[in-house]
Amino acid sequence: MTSLAAKPSISLSRIAIYAVLIGAVLIYLVPLVVMLLTSFKSPEDIGTGNLLSWPTEITAIGWVKAWATVKGYFLNSILITVPAVLISTAIGALNGYVLSMWRFRGSQMFFGLLLFGCFLPFQTVLLPASFTLGKMGLASTTTGLVFVHVVYGLAFTTLFFRNYYVSIPDALVKAARLDGAGFFTIFRRIILPMSTPIIMVCLIWQFTQIWNDFLFGVVFSSGDSQPITVALNNLVNTSTGVKEYNVDMAAAMIAGLPTLLVYVVAGKYFVRGLTAGAVKG
Amino acid sequence: MSSVAVFSKASPFDALQRWLPKLVLAPSMFIVLVGFYGYILWTFVLSFTNSTFLPSYKFVGLAQYARLFDNDRWWVASKNLAVFGGMFIGISLVVGVLLAVFLDQRIRREGFIRTIYLYPMALSMIVTGTAWKWLLNPGMGLDKLLRDWGWEGFRLDWLIDPDRVVYCLVIAAVWQASGFIMAMFLAGLRGVDQSIIRAAQIDGASMPKIYWKVVLPSLRPVFFSSVMILAHIAIKSFDLVAAMTAGGPGYSSDLPAMFMYSFTFSRGQMGMGSASAILMLGAILAILVPYLYSELRTKRND
Repeated sequence: MTSLAAKPSISLSRIAIYAVLIGAVLIYLVPLVVMLLTSFKSPEDIGTGNLLSWPTEITAIGWVKAWATVKGYFLNSILITVPAVLISTAIGALNGYVLSMWRFRGSQMFFGLLLFGCFLPFQTVLLPASFTLGKMGLASTTTGLVFVHVVYGLAFTTLFFRNYYVSIPDALVKAARLDGAGFFTIFRRIILPMSTPIIMVCLIWQFTQIWNDFLFGVVFSSGDSQPITVALNNLVNTSTGVKEYNVDMAAAMIAGLPTLLVYVVAGKYFVRGLTAGAVKG
Repeated sequence: MSSVAVFSKASPFDALQRWLPKLVLAPSMFIVLVGFYGYILWTFVLSFTNSTFLPSYKFVGLAQYARLFDNDRWWVASKNLAVFGGMFIGISLVVGVLLAVFLDQRIRREGFIRTIYLYPMALSMIVTGTAWKWLLNPGMGLDKLLRDWGWEGFRLDWLIDPDRVVYCLVIAAVWQASGFIMAMFLAGLRGVDQSIIRAAQIDGASMPKIYWKVVLPSLRPVFFSSVMILAHIAIKSFDLVAAMTAGGPGYSSDLPAMFMYSFTFSRGQMGMGSASAILMLGAILAILVPYLYSELRTKRND
């Protein structure tokens, strides 16, 4: 009976809650909708309509032009991201394995030193890193960018695996060691098969970070070796010629699609990476 | 018997096993020592030299820092960081917490709604900046949209207004990061002991009051982590400025990260650029050290 009396006020507050939540959904979606609508409009259409007006005629000319401009850079981003993600994840897994199950004097201190890398403002290493890449003959190459991303991705990848592995019971590894299994055998036979979730988290985190990187891209590459983010920024912020907003928006969509796709397909791992990346030591 | 056999055979094997973990970690140790701490030291050294387009090792003491503090643009960038950082952190927290609390009320389609709130976090700041630059375009963006929709007197030209352009950065950054704060708090809320809430309900407390007085205070660690992460994003913000305003109009929307980039790499002021990078590091440490200190202390108290 009390619940019956309380019902109207509860449902009223529930309506308010839903209104706020749905309103927020619309606000979060607006930029994406605007990008899509604009990318399929003709330049005249953009001039006469507004952000949310439906295209009078849907045209893919913006996408065609954008793709022609950025496709080389899109490829660069793939050439940079794929090896950098795989290498940094592999090293992170091995590091995490050592730091959790094969500790030695000083390994904890090393972990502490490494953790700081999660907070390192890269501005403090840009110049020395660019001198080093120059010395190695890797300046302005995608290989150089792979190298930089592996180095400065290590802090996070190691953190992910280390924190995942410390929760695995010691007894498991100890038993295997008594049976005479070695360092790599235990890793391959016991640890790796139970690492799938954290591997996913790490791959997705690294993919998003490296694909979306702009700072390293703009500092360590030039011309033909630039990643997509740098190319997009150049396209959008050139002051020469007539602004073609449909091309800009299509290019932005192209730059954003790979990470969006990963997010939609594997959102669970993405969120886990974000919250794990929120550093719990 | 077999144990003897194993022992004699295992000896070199054991030695290798003892060294393997160290060998595996060695490259990373080298990278961290050189690539992290060595490079920071190197930049620190450069900040005391008169380096311009090329590094030089003629030491000029604190002259670069003095020049930096005399530089109006540095002060604009620092002030912008305070305004941008403060608003970005504050608004993201309010929006994030609010959405998390609302989403925690057994909402239908919660998973879908969460996905929408969080997708901007998957995008590059360059994409975000590009999108919002278009949305905030004076004359063609939201400015025009709301007038078309009947709000005759509506004007939105912050992007070209030196006094308000920083707010444009805030809007875009909040759009990108607030969903992440929502996710962090929602995860925290899911860990809150439901019996506490029920006990408070029995005492006759209203739901808003329970959240404000009981639930949210128990999420202090989440709050501190969120502030930490948001402050870190704010200090490092470079791509968003590059995409949206390039620091303009003039240098009215400059942030320290942008300042560092343009003085170091475009204007050939390596010494002063390094000095600004060191100050950015100082800012990060100023928030990181107390944070880690309190984290460690609470852990010890557990």
